[in-house]
Amino acid sequence: MSERHPRVLIVVSSLVGLVLSLLPLPHWAAILRPAFLVLVVLYWSTMLPRAGGVTLGFGSGLALDAFQGSVLGEHALALSFVTYLAIRLHLLVRAKPLFEQSLFVFAALMAYEFLLWVIDGWSGYPLSTPMRWVHTATGGLIWPLVVGILGRFHLAR
Amino acid sequence: MAAFDGDLDRPLYGRGPSPGLRFTLYAILSVVLMYYDRHGQLVHRIRYALQAVTYPIQVAVGSPSVAWQWLTASWQTRDALRTQNAQLQQQLLELELKSMRQDALEQENAQLRELRASLPPLIKHWQLAQIIDVQTDPLRQRIVIDKGARDGVHVNQAVVDAHGVLGETERVGPWSAEVLLVTDPEGAIPVQLTRNGLRTIAVGGGSDGELVLPYLSSNADIRSGDLLVTSGLGGVYPAGFPVGRVIGVRRESSELPAQVRAAPVADLERDREVLLLQFSADNPAAPAPNPPIAPAPTPKSKPKPRNQVPEDE
Repeated sequence: MSERHPRVLIVVSSLVGLVLSLLPLPHWAAILRPAFLVLVVLYWSTMLPRAGGVTLGFGSGLALDAFQGSVLGEHALALSFVTYLAIRLHLLVRAKPLFEQSLFVFAALMAYEFLLWVIDGWSGYPLSTPMRWVHTATGGLIWPLVVGILGRFHLAR
Repeated sequence: MAAFDGDLDRPLYGRGPSPGLRFTLYAILSVVLMYYDRHGQLVHRIRYALQAVTYPIQVAVGSPSVAWQWLTASWQTRDALRTQNAQLQQQLLELELKSMRQDALEQENAQLRELRASLPPLIKHWQLAQIIDVQTDPLRQRIVIDKGARDGVHVNQAVVDAHGVLGETERVGPWSAEVLLVTDPEGAIPVQLTRNGLRTIAVGGGSDGELVLPYLSSNADIRSGDLLVTSGLGGVYPAGFPVGRVIGVRRESSELPAQVRAAPVADLERDREVLLLQFSADNPAAPAPNPPIAPAPTPKSKPKPRNQVPEDE
């Protein structure tokens, strides 16, 4: 029974993250926009590594591919890698204060974006505007907020 | 924070494959998918299905901005509407004047080409489509429109607005299609200067919403204000559709190519509706016809910025 509640919560929060990632925004805001779905997936894989697991990362990545029109499998690969990292390090990360968690998240987002960048280049789409790295910083900054909001829902049931 | 327990938080390695194994499997699956997305046919069908699945969500995600536009439009004052009306009438007059001349010119052109019958109209069929989603990331500049294969839309179809070329359809689902804008860094469009007929290729600039002309030598005759129109090469657009206006030319040394930037004439920011064009193949100005059925197995006909040698210059 207690297994059901987070499942629903995980699906709902991932959907919200997806919608936030897709919402049409003015150009400057689109550059600053953190990768919400990645943050949500990172949250679940550090807090409840058994619940979503790498499958959640892979599925979310596929959804991003489908919506953003990138090479099918690009975000899926990057996001399952980051999810795997988070699951492996979840004990280490979870025990840290929020500020340090933010640093971990920043590093994870950098790894994620780096993978995307490599795959972009490999698939004949070599474009390296520095703008693509901006969201890793805003993602790290917004992490405490993500923890606050999602934690409120799933810890205080 | 860590003070919770539950069924979900039991040790990681009790049940099912380990995360490492899972990740390996998913990674292999992703790579296979990526390979076939570029080279295979099967994935095109998956894509088509995905386009159908994503359509309702795209509509939902785009609906707030549509609602906002509708609200602002319905609250417009009578005064604003009246001035707008006057402007539109003025525009209509001007366009009518132009088209009067146009008919005469077309006839003259047909005579010059010694064709007995008058030419079929260049644009055989056009369709109005609503924009349901706009993606203007630094890396991807696309829009999604609400017409798809069910409405006769096919891949590599020209999409324009009232001012000029917007882009071409890239992926077509049953009810929606993704349009690659001319400013997308993945896109390239063969263009020509109206002033002197110089031909080159314009590539999307990506984040800044501009076009770049990377294949011009430093002594090319080009300057700010020049109008770029489609050159008719490339098989998507017929010749003569306005694409952009040159806004900056920089020549650093005689060995390096000139750095030319252009702004698209299509009003990407303000469009809500776009036009999908189909050309009659009998008209000599029409581009070479494309295979009508969705994704062909041949490599992309689109010129790639990297390994494409420009035709002129």
